[in-house]
Amino acid sequence: MSIPTDLKYTKSHEWVKSEADSIVSVGITHHAQELLGDMVFVELPQVGDTFSQRQECAVAESVKAAADVYAPISGEVVEVNTPLVDSPENINQDAYGSWLFKLKPSNPSELDGLLDAAGYQKVLDSEDH
Amino acid sequence: MLKKTPLNQTHREMNAKMVDFGGWDMPLHYGSQLEEHHKVRQDAGMFDVSHMLPIDIKGENTRDFLRRLVANNVDKLTIPGKALYTCMLTPQGGVIDDLIVYFLSESWFRIVVNAGTADKDVAWILKQRDTLAPNLEIKPRRDLAMIAVQGPSARAKVWQVLPESKNATEELKLFQSATVDQFFIARTGYTGEDGFEIILPAEEAPVFWKALHAAGVAPAGLGARDTLRLEAGMNLYGQDMDETTSPLESGLGWTVDLKSDCDFIGKQALLDSKVSQQLIGLVLLDRGVLRSHQKVIACHNGQEFEGEITSGGFSPTINQSIALARIATGISIDDEVHVVVRDKKLRAKVVKYPFVRNGKVLI
Repeated sequence: MSIPTDLKYTKSHEWVKSEADSIVSVGITHHAQELLGDMVFVELPQVGDTFSQRQECAVAESVKAAADVYAPISGEVVEVNTPLVDSPENINQDAYGSWLFKLKPSNPSELDGLLDAAGYQKVLDSEDH
Repeated sequence: MLKKTPLNQTHREMNAKMVDFGGWDMPLHYGSQLEEHHKVRQDAGMFDVSHMLPIDIKGENTRDFLRRLVANNVDKLTIPGKALYTCMLTPQGGVIDDLIVYFLSESWFRIVVNAGTADKDVAWILKQRDTLAPNLEIKPRRDLAMIAVQGPSARAKVWQVLPESKNATEELKLFQSATVDQFFIARTGYTGEDGFEIILPAEEAPVFWKALHAAGVAPAGLGARDTLRLEAGMNLYGQDMDETTSPLESGLGWTVDLKSDCDFIGKQALLDSKVSQQLIGLVLLDRGVLRSHQKVIACHNGQEFEGEITSGGFSPTINQSIALARIATGISIDDEVHVVVRDKKLRAKVVKYPFVRNGKVLI
């Protein structure tokens, strides 16, 4: 599966998509869902929660394990993908289409420090070895 | 270097996701653990369990040796082919391993032990042999493979692939076995479904596996094996019991023979012990997933008790999270308890397990 070039990534396998009004949506990558296996539960943050970069802000649980999701950048949660709570398997089917929450960045310059598709590919390559 | 079963290459050809399981390179799943789970509950799936070790015990008075070695009463084994689930205990009454004993003849019993404990088990058995019955032959059978075919259609699929086995195995009751040519076929399993566990020569395993696959038996990995056995309320060694826990505090009292005059190793310790803990079943009422080592908090007669989940997970059949937990006796069925999951206290209900048997939800 190729890595979408219009998204930004973290080493901890979150993806970040720029939406309108400088809001970003956040999900976990295809690689992350592949590692976790069948998803059975997601715990989302609440609208209004604020997180600093790399802070734990959500949990994705598969049949196998629970994985923390970290805030890729600092910001305030403005929306959460509530329907995902009832169908966590959507993450397996379409990881890049299954956002978990949207953030209003408090320090937009942090976006520049995220990985692009090529950079994330390098992270995956190094994990394989 | 990871150990490999005779089916290692076959798993890779079938795109298995392989993991290190206690030093063995084993399939976790072949795509979707959930689909494999449902396939076993509804139709038929197969597991490579060749990492487990059959050990043949041969010689006169093998039965006497086993009377001392294991905690269940081997005198229940009267008909050749009959199997018995039992624990092997330390003198202090801790569980060295859980295993199945098959009675083949008075001079030949076969036991099958867990992979992770196999070396320890063989060493322990040899030590007991040397003092109790030096004439006995103890033969670990790494030359054999083992495939568990499980599910409501499992037996029919096996007969389709091995028609010559049908006559000898059709009438087998649960926990009975028969030998057909090179195949040792037992009506046992670790899923709560009907089916066979089949022990066969290592070199025959890939062909047999592929024939079962062609007959519509889905390969299933260790992931599904774990969710199936948890739903079936079956203990997992190392999680639900180990050398530090008594079988009487691990939901295994039914496998321990304290009544007959069999003087098995660990018996006196169990007789002298005070049972203050029990294994209970839990169903999570709130959203989330129970996992092993999470703390359980329960109230009984105004007193608070703390326990711990020994095995937890998501039940694909029930579509809720379930667990086995060790907690004080006195906590009973239908009590509501709390489980600490991360920073939250989630509500769970104590239930009688097994949670699922033969495709049916029992809770």
